[in-house]
Amino acid sequence: MLTPKAKERLALIILGSIAVLTVAILAITLGYLLAKGLPAINWEFLSQAPRRMGRQGGIFPFILSTFYLTGVALFLAVPVGVGAAIYLTEYAKVRWLTTTVRFFTEILAGIPSIVFGLFGFIFFVITLGFGWSLLSGGLTLALMILPTILRTAEEAIKTVPYSYREGSLALGATQGQTIWKIVLPSALPGILTGIILAVGRAVGETAAVLLTAGSSVLPPLGLLDSARSLSVHLYILAVEGISTEKAFATAVVLITLVLILNFTATKLVRRLTPQ
Amino acid sequence: MVGKITIEDLNLWYGQSQALHQINMVIPAGQVTAFIGPSGCGKSTLLRTFNRMNDLYENVSISGKITLNNINLYTPNVDVVELRRQVGMVFQKPNPFPMSIFDNIAYGPRIHGEKNKKILAEIVERSLRQAFLWDEVKDRLKEPALKLSGGQQQRLCIARLLAVNSEVLLMDEPCSALDPISTLKIEELIFELRPKYTIVIVTHNLQQAGRISDQTAFLLNGNLVEFGPTPELFENPWHKKTEDYITGRFG
Repeated sequence: MLTPKAKERLALIILGSIAVLTVAILAITLGYLLAKGLPAINWEFLSQAPRRMGRQGGIFPFILSTFYLTGVALFLAVPVGVGAAIYLTEYAKVRWLTTTVRFFTEILAGIPSIVFGLFGFIFFVITLGFGWSLLSGGLTLALMILPTILRTAEEAIKTVPYSYREGSLALGATQGQTIWKIVLPSALPGILTGIILAVGRAVGETAAVLLTAGSSVLPPLGLLDSARSLSVHLYILAVEGISTEKAFATAVVLITLVLILNFTATKLVRRLTPQ
Repeated sequence: MVGKITIEDLNLWYGQSQALHQINMVIPAGQVTAFIGPSGCGKSTLLRTFNRMNDLYENVSISGKITLNNINLYTPNVDVVELRRQVGMVFQKPNPFPMSIFDNIAYGPRIHGEKNKKILAEIVERSLRQAFLWDEVKDRLKEPALKLSGGQQQRLCIARLLAVNSEVLLMDEPCSALDPISTLKIEELIFELRPKYTIVIVTHNLQQAGRISDQTAFLLNGNLVEFGPTPELFENPWHKKTEDYITGRFG
């Protein structure tokens, strides 16, 4: 029979090993990707257009497209998500409305991405006639990230102490002024965190983007132009056997992008959070 | 004089439960009125009717009349936002905004339209001086208000009200979260602010009520039991219940 002290040591060892294992898995995966992909990465790779369907050349247009697609998605999803969150927490006195909105948001959050892709294809690409385009892709991505943004924004707003609102109203501010000048700035770190999470998902989304934005190798010049994101390019390179090496390289660039994004955003959030 | 509040036949319900019964009183302008009574007797509820903060809760219904400077506050054409500027409130737990000291005081004037930096700076200084806080913070106006001590924060909250030229200051147990020295400073402040302002203070501290108020109202279970000049109420209460509460037989 083990003494309590011995049990504690055992627990520590087990938990420690699990933690190490987790880190090790991450390290091995990243290490493997880096080993396979780094050799192909150089300035030309990052700044040039692809040649021969991606066998040679670079991935610049795809980096651009990834930014554009995410940009469009955020442009649509952030105002709607944050706006809805404000409405739900600050204005809505109608119980059934808030319950319904929340219910539908949860359903939206659970839909598999390929289903979004199919919906986007039928509705945006064909029915609305946008074709394979930044617009179709951006709209579809917006639908996918909306629940995340709405949920985290709502949580962030709810965390703002009621006493701030009371203090503001007791000075003769309207509810709108209170929300805009006190509540939202206080909730900003939380809202930004939600946006970062959403961007992470959008950047990695492959199936839905392929079905709605297409796979053009040219950089998109307008909203109705087709665009290939980094993740789609990676998929095509790998699956169609064009270049495994370049596929790994693309993967490394994609991961680096996400890491840089998370890093700067976390720094920003930390700077915005008081004390 | 401005700032006189009259209450006529006021009844208030939270849903089905009645919290205030037939309250009738006149709060004179330019004086300090204290509300005393055991927990749950309705002092804070009554206080909150003066600036319609009760509107923020669902299920609150009232009957009767409350007038400020002879205008009935509960008619549809009363601008509640403007009312709350005129009748300001300080809460039990100081609630400075998560901003700098300067921005906290300037918040009120800014939302009412003041943009001129020079004027704002003047207003901030004036308000902080009136609240006896200027000397302590004049060199760190840009620092976060949350870094101030409890007593300083509460004086900041009072300064906020002064910055928007409230006529009436409602204080809901403003010192209960503070240490004795800060409490004393705030009591001095209240003393100084009278007679330019009408002050109504809810307090659990009978000695405090005795020290700073001109008249005192004793409430019990939502009823106004007794209301009169402070020295008389404390030394010669009419009602037995008042006497029992003051002498500590219950509380």
